[in-house]
Amino acid sequence: MSLEQCTVCARHETLYQELDAFIEKNRHRPGALIEVLHKAQSLFGFLPAEVQAFIAKQLGIPESTVFGVVTFYHYFTMKPRGQNQVKVCLGTACYVKGADRVLERLKEELKVGIEEVTQDGRFSIHEVRCLGACSMAPVVLIGEKDFFGRVTPDEVPKILKKYRG
Amino acid sequence: MQINAFIDGKPYSFDRPMTVLEACKEAGREIPTICYHPSVKSIGACRICVVEVEGFRNLQAACTLPLSDGMKIKTQSPRITSSRKMNIELLLSRHPNVCMTCESNGNCKLQALAYEYGIEEPAYGVQLRGLEPDDSSLFIYRDLNKCIQCQLCVRVCDEVENMSIYSMAYRGYESLPEPPFGLPLGSSQCVSCGQCASICPVGAIVEKPSMGKARWWELKAVKTTCPYCGVGCQLDMYYHPKTNEIIKVMPSEENPEVNDGIATCVKGKFGFEFANHPDRLKKPLIRRDGKFVEVEWEEALDYTADRLKEMLRKYGPEGIGLLGSAKCTNEENYILQKFSRAVFKTNNVDHCARLCHASTVAGLAMSFGSGAMTNNLLDIQHADVILLTGSNPPENHPVYGSRIKKTIRENGTKLIVADPRKTELVDYATIWINHKPGTDIALFSGLLHIIAAENLADETFIAERTEKWEEMKESLKGFDPKTVSEITGVPVDLLYKAARLYAEAENAAIIYAMGITQHACGTHNVISLANLAMATGNLGRPGVGVNPLRGQNNVQGACDVGALPNVYSGYQRVGDPAMKKKFEEFWGVTGLPTNIGLPVTEMIGHPNIKAMFVMGENPAVSDPDSEHVEKSLAALEFFADTDIFITESNVYADVILPAASTFEKDGTFTNTERRVQRIRKVIEPIGESKPDWWIVQELSKRMGYEMNYQSAEDIMNEIRRCTPSYAGMAYHRMEKIGLQWPCRSDEDPGTSILHTQKFAHPDGKGKFTPMTYNDPPETPDAEYPFYLSTGRILYHYHTGTMTRRVKAIHEKEPEVKIEINPTDASSLGVKTDDLVRLTSRRGSIEGKVLVTERSVPGLVFVPFHFAEARANTLTGNFLDPIAKIPSFKVSAVKIEKIDHKTAEV
Repeated sequence: MSLEQCTVCARHETLYQELDAFIEKNRHRPGALIEVLHKAQSLFGFLPAEVQAFIAKQLGIPESTVFGVVTFYHYFTMKPRGQNQVKVCLGTACYVKGADRVLERLKEELKVGIEEVTQDGRFSIHEVRCLGACSMAPVVLIGEKDFFGRVTPDEVPKILKKYRG
Repeated sequence: MQINAFIDGKPYSFDRPMTVLEACKEAGREIPTICYHPSVKSIGACRICVVEVEGFRNLQAACTLPLSDGMKIKTQSPRITSSRKMNIELLLSRHPNVCMTCESNGNCKLQALAYEYGIEEPAYGVQLRGLEPDDSSLFIYRDLNKCIQCQLCVRVCDEVENMSIYSMAYRGYESLPEPPFGLPLGSSQCVSCGQCASICPVGAIVEKPSMGKARWWELKAVKTTCPYCGVGCQLDMYYHPKTNEIIKVMPSEENPEVNDGIATCVKGKFGFEFANHPDRLKKPLIRRDGKFVEVEWEEALDYTADRLKEMLRKYGPEGIGLLGSAKCTNEENYILQKFSRAVFKTNNVDHCARLCHASTVAGLAMSFGSGAMTNNLLDIQHADVILLTGSNPPENHPVYGSRIKKTIRENGTKLIVADPRKTELVDYATIWINHKPGTDIALFSGLLHIIAAENLADETFIAERTEKWEEMKESLKGFDPKTVSEITGVPVDLLYKAARLYAEAENAAIIYAMGITQHACGTHNVISLANLAMATGNLGRPGVGVNPLRGQNNVQGACDVGALPNVYSGYQRVGDPAMKKKFEEFWGVTGLPTNIGLPVTEMIGHPNIKAMFVMGENPAVSDPDSEHVEKSLAALEFFADTDIFITESNVYADVILPAASTFEKDGTFTNTERRVQRIRKVIEPIGESKPDWWIVQELSKRMGYEMNYQSAEDIMNEIRRCTPSYAGMAYHRMEKIGLQWPCRSDEDPGTSILHTQKFAHPDGKGKFTPMTYNDPPETPDAEYPFYLSTGRILYHYHTGTMTRRVKAIHEKEPEVKIEINPTDASSLGVKTDDLVRLTSRRGSIEGKVLVTERSVPGLVFVPFHFAEARANTLTGNFLDPIAKIPSFKVSAVKIEKIDHKTAEV
């Protein structure tokens, strides 16, 4: 995705300045790249090619090295994510308890597929494997903290409503 | 040092540290490998080279395990075989079984191992990746379905080419070598050097232009020297004996000192198609009634010899001019200058070195007594600081450019770039001095002023090895930092920084090229660099020196063997009575001329010159003020030419003799580091073309001077007898890596670094030459407000006769791009791809704009490869008074935007 298409980057030109300051501070530390990528993803929400190219230039390393690290770690993503990342557990217990139906309902409600972002940028849907709460199956996690257990498909609109603002 | 080890039960001893793999190889125990290549670091990824080592529980990868004393190594055992088999089966479980249509069939390590270990179907079944091949590059085709994740492409691009285009992206089974951000290769920064295709052990990355042309086993290979730049990479040319066509080029592993055992650039790797191009001249052509007609050799040779005799009779020796060529071999240039001197009794013989490094030959000879690169291509890795000026190696000497990048990246070498253009290496520089074009003398004398003033000079070296330092210091008074800053436009503090960085380095090397030499003060530009090196003692050991990068494959050699108006081979002066006598006796002639002849820049258009014999040059595109050159060639009473194509120059000829190309003959080229290397006949000469030496010999015979060489080697043996610096250059001694001159006897190993003990002047001293600065002969003014600089780009070569006949290269760079800075572009109202007209006092050209930061504001750059938009229509024939080299790097032009309609009319 190019900068022109990427509304997140276009809206946040100043984020580059913040990132640059972070790079300046950390550039001489070993393993600076990982730190910088974390920072960049926390600022931009994801790591588009332009941001990776910027990091490569500022750190004086090849673009391919940055890309190699970004694609190695599952945590880093080159796709934009929603402000609220809705993670549906598809681990064995959740699956048995009907997580697939919850996921289908989510897709219907948000009109997007897995790993996609809603038009307003508010939500994205992700599959995850076991969140360690099998007794509460099926479970849904929104963001890093908001946890919902024993979710039924019909509860989905109510859960989402809180985040629609 | 001695390391003792047992390999398969036998004792061996080794004299240096090495890996187990290397030790086994030395012991004659071949171990199979896939991910290993001697030119890159080993990573032990494929586990095919495993061996048993006593004391280690697990099998060990031989490629990464250092050999240690007392090691007991087993290279064969059931355990090793079963491990290798399993690994091959694992690789095959992801690899499509499509050998029948694969380009690499017959040259595939995986295929060979599957054959050796008898694996028909992998035990684990096959699960293919189902990827779309990447067909985006014009040069390289990538089908990663076949990738075996050995990472050789990643490593060669990073460690040798230093472009780092690939990395292993994604993880585990999905991990594949990809350009950044998953871009197709054609959209990446890839410079098409082709090394990934050369090194790929399977068919995942292959040379696109060769696809579908031949199976590997149908091809034969001959090792030769690359016909492009002065680096002189060694190449294995693969040709099809049935069709007499060159199919592909692989780097030779035999001489890593020159090309790292693997390196090529796009021209060396892909620029060979010109040889088999349908435009090749196949029969001699004689002009009759204004048209060229094909004739037989006998007729063409008789006619040419008769006309040349007639010209000599009518106008005498002074009426004839001959041009050799830096594209031709040493043997051919030697024969040509002998032909000129022994037959025509004229010293009017020259070649295109006049246009590139004549000022180097003159300047370095004045300073050091010898006009060549002082050090070698490899020892740049010992430099702590590199001063690179007027040189753009990543485009013009790409394999060496990569080496410079490598030493900066790996050894932390500091780079000072002094260049009015923001070339690629500026990104790697500690300091970029962006001085005004043509102010080099002021800049380097200014740096020397600071070095002297701050007591950074090497007084011991100066006292022991040089002369005239006091005079030099006196002359530096005029180059105080403030004055120099005013002349050059470089801030005073940057001058101080650069001077200190260069002078304080333990080992500092100067590298330069045509940005220094192609000026009306070119000789003094070169001397100003020599002064810097002498004053700081940076001469005569590894990692230092004054290193001109010669532009053509054999421009050094063509000078060495005397295709110059003032010297015989080995720079033996024509004006020296002893030399006259020596060559009269040696050649069996009398009356050799002692006056210095005309250089090419004065020969063409000189009122005395009525006839010319040109061996493979194209002055109508390469020489300054092209329109004047064309008129002069057209006005000649007789003009004979040898070439492989019809060119912009030989269209004016009376006779064109078809020459064999560099791939169709034997001989030697001398590269930029004075290394004489063999070239070998790969394919049969196209049509009835003949080597230039044969053509000259036949003409000479017909003109009454017998020449009877049976081979190029015969000629070299003659060169050796009359040229002290080439005396030891026997062909059989140059089979693998060549020899660097001076090489004075059959026992002399050659000279890698010059001036280690004393300089080449008779008294052994280096000579300082005081400098004065004058403005270039033409600078921008109100009417012509822009500086014009000319030069080459990566993909093309000189007048384009060769590279523009290579399909993929032509598609990549089909037309001229006039490089203009964004600021100037916006004030002119032009953007990339708009048409502009450039006009100088000599003429105008039209072409498309490339808006780029490479040109600084006020400077435009035009490559000189494109005959339809000849940069040299604009340049003036302002000559350096000593070397007679033209000022290609500084002219004044104006730029007008034109719309497409006007352009079409």
